[in-house]
Amino acid sequence: MTSIYLDNNATTIIDPKVRESMEPFYCDLYGNPNSLHKFGTDTHPYLRVAMDRLYKGINASDESDIIINSGATEGNNHVIKSIYYDVILPSNGKKNHIITSQVEHPSILAACRWLETLGVKVTYIPVTDQGLVKAATVKVSITPETALVSIMWANNETGMIFPIEEIAEACREKGVLFHTDATQAIGKVAVDVQKAKVDLLTFSAHKFHGPKGIGGMYAREGLTLTPLFHGGEQMGGKRAGTVNVGGLVGMGLAMELAVDSLEYENTTLRTMRDDLEDELLKIEDCFVVGDRINRTPNTILISVKGVEGEAMLWDLNKAGIGASTGSACASEDLEANPILTAIGADKELAHTAIRLSLSRFTTREELEVVKIEFPKAVKRLREISSSYAYSPNK
Amino acid sequence: MAKNDLIGGSIWEQYSKKVSDRMNDPINRGEITEEQAADMGCKLVVADYGAESCGDAVRLYWAVDPYSNEIKLSKFKSFGCGTAIASSDMMAELCMGKTVDEAVKITNIDVEFALRDHPDEPAVPPQKMHCSVMAYDVIKKAASIYKGVDMESFEEEEIVCECARVSLRTIKDVIRINDLKTVEEITAYTKAGAFCKSCIRPGGHEAREHYLVDILANTRAEMDREKATESVTTEDFKSMSVVRQTKAIEKVLDEHIRPMLVMDGGNLELLDIKTEGNEIHVFIKYTGACNGCASSSTGTLYAIEAVLRRDLYPEIRVLPV
Repeated sequence: MTSIYLDNNATTIIDPKVRESMEPFYCDLYGNPNSLHKFGTDTHPYLRVAMDRLYKGINASDESDIIINSGATEGNNHVIKSIYYDVILPSNGKKNHIITSQVEHPSILAACRWLETLGVKVTYIPVTDQGLVKAATVKVSITPETALVSIMWANNETGMIFPIEEIAEACREKGVLFHTDATQAIGKVAVDVQKAKVDLLTFSAHKFHGPKGIGGMYAREGLTLTPLFHGGEQMGGKRAGTVNVGGLVGMGLAMELAVDSLEYENTTLRTMRDDLEDELLKIEDCFVVGDRINRTPNTILISVKGVEGEAMLWDLNKAGIGASTGSACASEDLEANPILTAIGADKELAHTAIRLSLSRFTTREELEVVKIEFPKAVKRLREISSSYAYSPNK
Repeated sequence: MAKNDLIGGSIWEQYSKKVSDRMNDPINRGEITEEQAADMGCKLVVADYGAESCGDAVRLYWAVDPYSNEIKLSKFKSFGCGTAIASSDMMAELCMGKTVDEAVKITNIDVEFALRDHPDEPAVPPQKMHCSVMAYDVIKKAASIYKGVDMESFEEEEIVCECARVSLRTIKDVIRINDLKTVEEITAYTKAGAFCKSCIRPGGHEAREHYLVDILANTRAEMDREKATESVTTEDFKSMSVVRQTKAIEKVLDEHIRPMLVMDGGNLELLDIKTEGNEIHVFIKYTGACNGCASSSTGTLYAIEAVLRRDLYPEIRVLPV
């Protein structure tokens, strides 16, 4: 049976080289890096290499921190909650405002909603019908009360890349801290924290062919946040908990490989994506969200009129293709995906959107199969559909 | 449940085989044309329910024998997820061979039951139960078109939870009889709110007329009011504190005495309450027209005393000052 994985914005296959690099740290080099004995210290050279790779990958200066954590959900919670404790609470109401966008990951949105219950004001910047956040909109939303601006580098559903450098510049002008969730950006666009001048940046390894359950939070030189986890002295006391040695080694290599693959992703993979997109758009009454220039090279969010997203996913799954839908019907709580609602380009988008996300492991042969199976599924479901006047002879 | 809930699962894994099969190949999909219906000597009924923008839309076709009112053929089209398609397919099948009046009695619960592989195992996970509601609604729509009546005329009771088909009356009764205090308890007793959760509180999958949180709050408030009245009358008046005795007497005065006095331009004030052996002495002061009225020390006084004795304590004496 064919098995074609096109859900790389959800998670990715671990690069075999990454897996291999992690192997020794489970049964051979299993010491606790904090131990004084040889078992512990034997891991240190590998951890240093991994950290070097991470710093190099996002061009962080040696004076800045990349605090290793469990992933971007933890990193995002750390940023939002620590800004509350470190900036908002001590300001006695002078700094009581956070700016974010309507299309952030739930770990930003839910944390912000929680802060709202504590009296913090939050502005949720809307997106254009192309799914873009405009730097100008962010800029005019900044007030003297603003404590933090948090805007993602690239969006998970649409792949749209936001103008991070411009937003960071606006924040610097006004003296406001800027955080970006770069989870969907690493390995797809060049992420350079010094060039973009971001204060805080978060990411997860499993989105760039590294292992699950590990990620990082970059904090520029001189910026220290109250820890989310109190406990031991790991990460200089900034994030307690025994370091996930294997995970960190794997993430380091995964970062290096992701940065090395940037050119491939933006040339070959982009061409493969565009080619697939062109083919899918030949199906009548379909549209794709967002222009290709401002989109990560691996993502297609396509709306198929008259076909409900979960039903489409079902048929693709039967054909061995794993994709994703933002359709409310496919979620545990039947809630419409807030990102698709925010784009609002088409009311039906919230029910008809299918996301295909490729990776450097996706092959042309696989996409040829998708080009056949996707229209087949659309045809079958439109024949059943009550909201699409299907005319087979057209 | 906690252990199973922590990891979570794919909702697809919880579909019965019948649901999967009907999603893969819905037997009754398609249309019935005017010509086909006419060839069968039948009347064609086409009913639409829902909208694509709501995420669910179904169209039901019936060929109905105008003499026997029997549904000879039933087909459907659906914009919806797998369970919506499977439910519509089963719904269309259950209609066939039934009269229109019989078909109206098919509920979403019948549809879900028919989709089960085993009688004890649900065909779909809880949140997908809602998909079969659409199938049920469209039958009512078709029947209303066929009979030329309002859809509402088929609904005998006000339904709060469509997925589990629980009425407003049932929910209120269950709260009262079992002294329920939380929405979770209502769900445990009636299954209302166990499925798509729309009826629990505003802001869910779809807007509802009644929400469990409101029904619970209102019913509890009603129960509290009733209890307050009850406790005043049943509790031993003589052993109450003076404050509570005052409140109880004032309540009886307001409800039964003062309205009568006010009609004649008078009123009274409660001055003091004293326990004298077995008796309780209630000191009052007449005001307005009552002041100096002949009846105020005879007929009116006896009436006041009689009401307080009836409602509160048999050995009350009312003493006008």
